Amino acid sequence: MSIRVQSDRFDPGAELNAFSAGVAGAGAVVSFSGLVRDVDGGLQAMEIEHYPGMTEKALARIRDEALARWALADVLIIHRYGAMAPGEVIMMVATASRHRKDAFEAADFLMDYLKSRAPFWKKERSSSGADWVTARDADEDALKRW
Amino acid sequence: MQVLYFAWVRERIGLPREDVQSDAATVAELVEELRAREERYAAAFSDLSALRVALDQELSEFTDSLDGVREVAFFPPMTGG
Repeated sequence: MSIRVQSDRFDPGAELNAFSAGVAGAGAVVSFSGLVRDVDGGLQAMEIEHYPGMTEKALARIRDEALARWALADVLIIHRYGAMAPGEVIMMVATASRHRKDAFEAADFLMDYLKSRAPFWKKERSSSGADWVTARDADEDALKRW
Repeated sequence: MQVLYFAWVRERIGLPREDVQSDAATVAELVEELRAREERYAAAFSDLSALRVALDQELSEFTDSLDGVREVAFFPPMTGG
């Protein structure tokens, strides 16, 4: 039931293998990785700010909610902050369960809540300047389906 | 109490945190006090619908009481994931 908030890069493949090895009896593992996206080719860097203390509490609460709602053998959440380049991994979640439906739904739930209930803020730096990423109404609306 | 600012709120006000002496009963009253200070605060708090608040690291409402609260944080809607 690991939660990590870090500035260091990590290898999502290695993390997934280690996670899977620890839940060998579970039967199903789902993972999601979020990368720094370069939509129009002009992104130079992304900077992510967070609220130390509240971040860890918010992530633990989201994880606990997932554990209460689905039959999960384990949950992993890793989220970076600081500066990163296009293509770098920002975060990942992994869920393990006996049957795939629990793992899929829980991972989807974790991502919806991570997007708008964990105190991270993204800033994109491009040749035209730096702008804070605006939260989308669709992200807030996505919470209503849970 | 400690008042913290994140993302563009921090940039607009020009500092990440400060100690604020206030008798404000609610977050909304605290916001009014801060707005009255200087233009940079008025600018940061001009549209509360664009802001979120956390009290002692729990997401809260602007109408909530500040009774016993030690840490207030103002920030834009979160963009994690």
